Amino acid sequence: MSEPDISAEETDGRAAATDEANVEPESAGAPADTPLRVANLRKTFGGIVAVDDASFAVEAGSLTGLIGPNGAGKSTTFNCITGAHKPDSGRVEFQGERITGLRPDQIANRGLVRTFQIARSLEEMTVLENLMLAPKGQIGETLWRSVVPGARGKVVAQEEELRERVWETLEFFEIDHLAGQTAGSLSGGQRKLLEMARAMMTEPDMLLLDEPLAGVNPTLEHKLLARIHDLQDEGYTFLLVEHDMDVIMQHCERVIVMHQGSVLAEGEPSVIRNDERVIEAYLGEDV
Amino acid sequence: MTGESGSGPESGGDPPGDGSIRAVFADMFGRIERSDVLIVATAMVAVYTLFMIFVLLRLGITTGTPNAIASAWRELTFLFAAYAMLALALNLHWGYTGLFNIGVAGFMAVGVYTMALLSTSPDAVSGQGLGLPLPIGVIGGMIAAALVGLVAAVPALRVRADYFAIVTLGLSEIIRLSLNSRTLSDWTRDRFGFATGGGSGIDLPARPTDALFDTAAGEALIDLFVVRIGGEEVTLVAASVIRRFTWALVMLGIMIGFYWLLRRIGYSPFGRVLKSIREDELVAQSLGKDTRIFKIKVFMLGCALMGLGGILWQGSQGFVSPDSFRPIVTFYVFVAVIIGGSGSNTGSVVGALFFVSLLFLAPRRIGGIVDARLDLIDAPGTFAGAADPLVSVFNAEPMLAYTIDNISALQFILLGIVLILIVQNRPDGIMGHRTETAAAVDLNRPNRGEEDE
Amino acid sequence: MGIVKHTITNRPSTDALVVGFVAVVGGALLLDLLARFAAIEIPLLWGITFGGQTTLASFASLLWSGIVVGLIFGLAGIGLSMTYSILNFANFSHGDLLTTGAFTGWGAALLVAGWGLADVGYLLTVRAGSGPGPTEIGASIVSAPLAVAIGALVAASLTVAVALAIDRTVYKPMRDRGGIALLIASIGVALILRYVIQFIYGSRNRGITSTEGVRRDVLGVSVNLHDLTLVIIAVSLMVAMHLLLQRTKLGKAMRAMADNKDLALVTGIPTERVVQATWVLGAGLAGISGYLYVLERGTAEFNIGWFLLLFIFAAVILGGIGSIYGAIAGGLVIGLVHEVSLIWIPSDFNAAAAFAIMILVLLYRPEGIFAGVSTA
Repeated sequence: MSEPDISAEETDGRAAATDEANVEPESAGAPADTPLRVANLRKTFGGIVAVDDASFAVEAGSLTGLIGPNGAGKSTTFNCITGAHKPDSGRVEFQGERITGLRPDQIANRGLVRTFQIARSLEEMTVLENLMLAPKGQIGETLWRSVVPGARGKVVAQEEELRERVWETLEFFEIDHLAGQTAGSLSGGQRKLLEMARAMMTEPDMLLLDEPLAGVNPTLEHKLLARIHDLQDEGYTFLLVEHDMDVIMQHCERVIVMHQGSVLAEGEPSVIRNDERVIEAYLGEDV
Repeated sequence: MTGESGSGPESGGDPPGDGSIRAVFADMFGRIERSDVLIVATAMVAVYTLFMIFVLLRLGITTGTPNAIASAWRELTFLFAAYAMLALALNLHWGYTGLFNIGVAGFMAVGVYTMALLSTSPDAVSGQGLGLPLPIGVIGGMIAAALVGLVAAVPALRVRADYFAIVTLGLSEIIRLSLNSRTLSDWTRDRFGFATGGGSGIDLPARPTDALFDTAAGEALIDLFVVRIGGEEVTLVAASVIRRFTWALVMLGIMIGFYWLLRRIGYSPFGRVLKSIREDELVAQSLGKDTRIFKIKVFMLGCALMGLGGILWQGSQGFVSPDSFRPIVTFYVFVAVIIGGSGSNTGSVVGALFFVSLLFLAPRRIGGIVDARLDLIDAPGTFAGAADPLVSVFNAEPMLAYTIDNISALQFILLGIVLILIVQNRPDGIMGHRTETAAAVDLNRPNRGEEDE
Repeated sequence: MGIVKHTITNRPSTDALVVGFVAVVGGALLLDLLARFAAIEIPLLWGITFGGQTTLASFASLLWSGIVVGLIFGLAGIGLSMTYSILNFANFSHGDLLTTGAFTGWGAALLVAGWGLADVGYLLTVRAGSGPGPTEIGASIVSAPLAVAIGALVAASLTVAVALAIDRTVYKPMRDRGGIALLIASIGVALILRYVIQFIYGSRNRGITSTEGVRRDVLGVSVNLHDLTLVIIAVSLMVAMHLLLQRTKLGKAMRAMADNKDLALVTGIPTERVVQATWVLGAGLAGISGYLYVLERGTAEFNIGWFLLLFIFAAVILGGIGSIYGAIAGGLVIGLVHEVSLIWIPSDFNAAAAFAIMILVLLYRPEGIFAGVSTA
C-alpha cells in the first residue's frame, strides 16, 4: 500500500484538522475533539471511481450526518472506514491512530463499530445470543477455557455479568420482550433496534450507522432517534448515513454532503440547506 | 421469555467455584436436558429391539439365536459409535461454523494411516510401521489430521462454500490416491523404513481391549456366556463376538466423550462466535471477532476428531486399505448429520443411529430375512433375465429374487431418495428446529419477576 | 455468477507470486523435457535426476491422448459449467449423467450391431451376463458405423429425458433454495442414478467395442479411428454450441441468465424455459461425452462417470465457471496434464496432479485462468 502524501494541496477548511494529524499521526496528543478523520480517501472498482479524494472529520460527541444522492459513494466510504473494503489510497484515522487497511475486527476492537444498511442480524440466533456475542474481551472465546473444567468457572462468572448487561441493554432499547426469539423472526424495524443494541454491547467509542431508519415504521423510527439522542447525551459519537433529508436536517448538528465520490460541502444543517452546490447536486438527480 | 427447552446447560443459580460435589458435577457435565437423554434412549431401545426382531424373524428361536442377536447388536453399536463420532465432528464444521467440508474421509485416512505408520510393527505382512507404542500412534494420527486441516484451512477458508466443498473433496481424493500409490510406498520404505503398502493396504496394531481377554477376568467374562443345557455345554455368545462387542462399547464411551466436548463448545462464548460465523461472517468481524482464528481452530479440532474417529473405527480392524476412504464414506456421514439436523449435537447422534440402523444395516437384514423365509428360486444373474419373465408371463418371482440379490444397490438408491426428500421437505432434520442456545449460562432474566414485561 | 465473498486480500501480490511460481516450474519442466529429448541425464538428490530419456514419438502419443481425454472433459464440462452458472449449484450428479449416456447409448448400439447374434436383453443391458464377446458383436466405427451413430443419438436423447425428469422432481421444487441445498440434493441424485444403473446393467467392468481394424494409417500416421471419431464429433458439437450461444435468441437468453438471474427475470426472459434448455443441452452433451468416452476406452462400468466428475470439475474451474470456452480450454489443459505429466510422475499420481491443479486454481484464481480473455 503506497502512502499518499496528504500534507500537500489541502484546499479548504478541512486542511487545519488533517494537517495537524499529519504532523504527528500516531502521537498520543491527537486532538480528542475529532475522533474520526478521513483524508483523501479513494476507492475504485474496476474502472469506476466510487470514492474520489474524500476528506472529512467527525467531532467528538456529535451526531454527524453523511448524505448525498444515490451513488455518491457514502456506503463505499463507510466500508472503507470500517475495513470491509480496502481503499486504494488515502488515510483513515481513529482517535489519532491510523486504521487504514486494518481488518474489520481490528477496527471494531478499537471502538469504531458499525451497523449495516440492510440489517444483518444473525437470523438463527436468538436476540439474547445476538447481544451476548457482541461484548469484547470474553475469556470464554478461547477454546480451552470453554472446555477445560477448572477454567470454565470464570467463563460462567463472566457470562453472568454479561447477561446482566444484556438485559439492561434490551430494556434500554425496549426489545426485552423479544429476547428469546430468533433474530430472523423480527420485523425490519426491530432488527435495526437489535443491531443498534448489539453494537452498543461492544462498548464502542463511536458508532457508524448505515441508514438506520430505512424501512422502519414511524413509531420505531421515533424510538430509535430518541435512543440515539440519549446515547449522544452520554457522550457517544455518531456518524450516520441517511437518505431521509428531513431526519438529517432535524437531528444532526453537522452534515457532510458527498457527491460523485467526494465531499461537496460540510457544515451545520442550516448552512447546508442553503448551499447552492448541494441544491444543484440534488436537483441534478431529481430528488 | 418463551419456555424453550434447550437453553443453557448450567442453571443460573449455581455460584461458580462452589466446591460442593454438585457444583463440580454441574461444571463437568452441565445439565443435559432430560428430553435429550430421553430421545436418544428411546431411539436406541427402539432400534436395538428392531434388530433383535430381525434376528428372530430370520432364525427363530434356536441355540444360535443369542449369539446372532449379540452379533447384530455388536455391529450396530460399532457402526453407530463410529458414525456418531464423525457426525459430531462434521457438525462442528458444518452445523456450527458453516464450513462445508466434504473431505471427511481424507482426514480420517490421515489419522488412521499416521497411526499405522507410527505403531504398526516393522515386520508386518503388508505395509510397515515404526512399531512405536499405540498411544503415540493415536495422538500422532490426531495431530497429523489437524495439521493437514491447517494446511488446507489457511488458504481455503476465504473461498465460497461450494468451492470449499470441491477443494476438500479434491484433497481427500489426493490423500486416498497417494496412499494407494505403490511408488510412494516403496520410496518411503527404502528411505524412512515405513510404508503404506499402497493398494494392498497396511496391517494395524491389535485392539487394546483384546489384551483384556488374555487375563483371568477376560476369560471369566467369556465363560459367563457358556451355559449348561441338559448336560451339554452351549456357547450362547461366541468369544470373538464378546471381544469385538467390548471394543464397540469402548467406542460408545469415547463417542459420549465427543458429545461432551462438542456440547461444551456449543454452550460457550466460543461456540457463539462459531454460530455467528455460520450466520454472517462480516457481522462477526464487525463486532471485533477475528474470524480467521476461530475458523482455523475449529477446522483443526474437527479434523483431529475425524482422525480419531477414523482410528477407532477403520483403525481397529487389524487391517486397512485406501478403499475404506472413498468419498462415499463422507456422504454417509453427511446423511447422518442431515437426518439429525445440522447444528444440533444431539441431532447428530440420533441421525447417526437412524442412518446406521435404518438406512445402512436394515436393508441387508431384511433382504436376509426374505431370502431365508420365502425360499425363492435362485436369482437370475442379470436384470434382463429377471425382467423377461415379468414382462412376458407376469412372473414377478425372478425379479424379486434378483432384487434381494442386489439389495446393496437398492440401499444406495434408498439413501439417495432419503437425502433428497430431507433436503426438500425437512432441511432442518429431526432436531435442527431446536435452539441450542450458545451460552455458558441460562440466559433467562435472572432473579426478576415477570411483572416488568 | 455469484459474488466471491472474500475478505480483504492483496490480489496483485499473490497473482505475481503464482505467475512467478508457474513460470519457474514450467521453465524447469520445459528444460527437463528438452534434456530428455536429447537423452541427457544428470543425477540430482535422492535418486531424482534431471533429464532422462523420452522419445519424440512417445511424447507425441501422450500429447494426442491428452487431447482426446481433454476433449471429453471439455465436452462434459460445457454442461456442468452451464448448470453451475445458470442454476447456481455444483451438480455432483453430472458424472453419472455421463454414465447414463454411456450405458443407454451402447445398449442401443450393441442392439443394432449385434442384432440376431444374441438375445435383446443381453445386448440392451450392454453385455450383462454371458453371451457373445465384443469382437463377435462388432460394434466399431469400421464394421457398424450406423450402430455407433444411432447409439450416440440414443445416448443424448435418453440422458436428456432422464435429466429433465430429475429436474422436474428434484430441483424444480427447490428453485429458490441456496446452492448448498441443491448440491446436497445432487449428491442424492448421483447415488440414485449410479445404483439404478448398477441394478439394471450389473457391476461388472465389461468390454464393449470391437477394435478390429480400427487402427489405420491416415496420411502416413497411424491413427485409432475411434479416437478420430471422438475428436471429430466433440469438436463439431463444440462449434455447434458456440453458434447456438452466439447466434440464437435462446443462446443470448442463456448468457443473460448466467450473468444475472434477477436481471434476466425482470427483462422478461422466460427463465423456466431457459432452465429446461440448459438441461437439454447440458445433459445431451454429458450423455454423448460418456458415450464417446466408452468408444475411446472400449470398456465401461457403472461408476466411470463418477470417476470422471472431479476431472470435469477441474476443467470447469480452471476455465472459469460459466464460460463454455473456458470449460473446453480447461478440459484440454487437464487432459494434457493428466497424460503428459506421466513423463515426470508415476502413473498412480497423475490424477492427483490434476486435482492439485484444480485446488490451486480454486484457491488463488477462483475466476479461472482464462478470465478476462473471453466470455460466454
